[in-house]
Amino acid sequence: MSKEKIKKMRDIPFERLLASGTAMCAGCGALEALHQIYDILGKNTVFVNAAGCMTLLSVYPFTPFRGSWLYTSMASAPAAAQGIRDALDILIEKKRIKPKDNMQVVVLAGDGSSYGMGLSAASAAIERNLDFIYICYDNEGYGNTGQQYSDATPHAARTSTSKSLTGFQYYKKDIFAIWAAHKPAYAATIIGSDPLDLAKKVEKAKNMKGAKLILALSPCPTGWTFHSNETVKIGKLAVETGIWPLKEYADGKIVHTKIPRERKPVEEYLKIQGRFKHLFEPQRNDKLIAEIQNEVDKYWGHYNH
Amino acid sequence: MKRKLLTGNAAAAWGARLANVDYVPAFPITPQTEIIETLAGWFDEGALKGRFVTLDSEHSMVTAAASAAVTGVRVFSATSSQGLLYASEMLYAVSGYRVPWVLVNVSRGLSSPVTLEADHNDIFALRDSGFLQLHASTCQEALDMVLMAYQIAEDVRVRLPVIVNIDGFYLSFTREPVEIPDENKAREFIGEFDAHNISFRANVPLSHASAVLQGSIYSYFRYEHHLAAIQAISVFNESAEKFEKMFNRSYALIESYMADGADYVFIMIGSFATKAKEAVDMLREAGSLTGLLRLRMFRPFPEEEMKKLLKGKKAAAVIDQNLAPGKGGVIYTETAAALCNEKEAPFLISYIGGLGGRDITAEEFYEIEKEMRKAAETKKPPMARLLFSEAELEAVRKLQGIAGVEKKNEQRKN
Repeated sequence: MSKEKIKKMRDIPFERLLASGTAMCAGCGALEALHQIYDILGKNTVFVNAAGCMTLLSVYPFTPFRGSWLYTSMASAPAAAQGIRDALDILIEKKRIKPKDNMQVVVLAGDGSSYGMGLSAASAAIERNLDFIYICYDNEGYGNTGQQYSDATPHAARTSTSKSLTGFQYYKKDIFAIWAAHKPAYAATIIGSDPLDLAKKVEKAKNMKGAKLILALSPCPTGWTFHSNETVKIGKLAVETGIWPLKEYADGKIVHTKIPRERKPVEEYLKIQGRFKHLFEPQRNDKLIAEIQNEVDKYWGHYNH
Repeated sequence: MKRKLLTGNAAAAWGARLANVDYVPAFPITPQTEIIETLAGWFDEGALKGRFVTLDSEHSMVTAAASAAVTGVRVFSATSSQGLLYASEMLYAVSGYRVPWVLVNVSRGLSSPVTLEADHNDIFALRDSGFLQLHASTCQEALDMVLMAYQIAEDVRVRLPVIVNIDGFYLSFTREPVEIPDENKAREFIGEFDAHNISFRANVPLSHASAVLQGSIYSYFRYEHHLAAIQAISVFNESAEKFEKMFNRSYALIESYMADGADYVFIMIGSFATKAKEAVDMLREAGSLTGLLRLRMFRPFPEEEMKKLLKGKKAAAVIDQNLAPGKGGVIYTETAAALCNEKEAPFLISYIGGLGGRDITAEEFYEIEKEMRKAAETKKPPMARLLFSEAELEAVRKLQGIAGVEKKNEQRKN
């Protein structure tokens, strides 16, 4: 029998384990995902945090977590996960704590850390098959410092360090593929606006040993410039346009958990975000819009046989 | 107890073994690597129980070390030079975790130019990191200081990580006879690891190293850290007393060699102090009242002890094996600060020497002694000196000549 219990929406636990009243922005897509993830992981977790927006969840002497938390640095959260995992294993082996005192070790890092500075530490942790879950909340820029472009910023997006009419000139790094190339136990992309897909994947990761990535695209009202009540809508459009493929890697295979058969034009996703406004105003930039559409079509071309 | 010929590296590793460490996160770097190789071997053969893991960098290594200490195990690690600096962000960060563990630094000069040989710019770059610092000058001390470091770090009044410093090559690769304490006695000396109120356990939530948003909360924690570090002075003395009773070797915060009743003293740190001892012996034979003060603890800085030991001396020469460009020697600066309100303070003269493993010769010590005497007589201490001989300059010029450096400079000008 499979260990997975979540099949339908009604199977998803709704504990609200993560307390409200944090310093996150209204409509934060990362917090939206984290609320749901935490309900599934439960309180016997220690979150190892890398510098980023979520660092402000735990501000002395308060925390929204029922379990534990350790702040580390921008580059080395996976190394802290190693230290904690090893120490818990040692303590259990030496019978200095009971097996019931054990905890799930969870890295919580943004794209700035995960796609860039923290990649060496993450790569090494996966290579050692460290038993941990790595949550990357990806808001496609250095959000906490005011949305400068990062390695996760998509093509043509305007950020506070790519303000020209053509926006960010490079393309988003494929961190999922980088993780998959390491052959981890598991890797999945999720989004807060698809609770069932999210819940199934987080539950799967929770029940596996080894290195597991949960990569959450995190619509960011302040960084992407949209109204805070549109987070869910933008999340859904990211999936429906094919811009954010929902997929998982396990046993050497990548499987798409949701294939948008009739993909909406990327324009629908782009035009409601301030960071892409320059593609439509004052003049429509058909060339750039086509470039973005082309990238998405090219991606799905591999999978639509 | 057994007596063995050990390198400084092996002695430091023995210290960790006798402390019965649970966890060693590691990363290789010359001249430290022998320490982690030795420990890895002991974990493999079962002499040590727990885990040895190689991380992707010293930055990660220090993060893993401190996180394991927060979880509640006894941790040891080692690094050197560029590795220490690569880890420095985390060294500053994790000293604020307020959990005990021990890191050995094998001193090596910093780039650029890149070198493998010893000086103290690496360890002094971390002087304000919040780690305590103990400095060994012999292989025996390398072992003993690691043991004492655990006791000091784990003391409830301190609860701070400690760096034990040994010099690259001069200690790391030099074999000396070392008395290895009996395992059971060493364990009795250190005791079982006690995590106190910091550990990660299911159903015992702990938020550690959380952000603060106010200067007053930040200041509160930083002041606590500082006050705990200062406690390490008396804790060191208590630990040394216990150590002497159990192992019959006596360690003071500042080693005083023939300094009692001396008019002139050398002030040093690390293995080169043994060269100064030899010079002191010769000077004494020639009738000069010269001695040596060697700092064993550098953080916290044993200020009161230093004032007491320097009281009434005519002149003191601080020989720094480090250089803060644009300022000078670190130990000189700190010693001068300690003395600034003292009435019977000696003239203080600054010397920089021994950079990148450069020798400090007996003749240089004799020359320094002459300058101390002259300073006391004329009441005019000389300017800071950079030790470098004409022969050395000639040798450098010769090398440059072989490489055609001068010629290239000429060509560039034309």
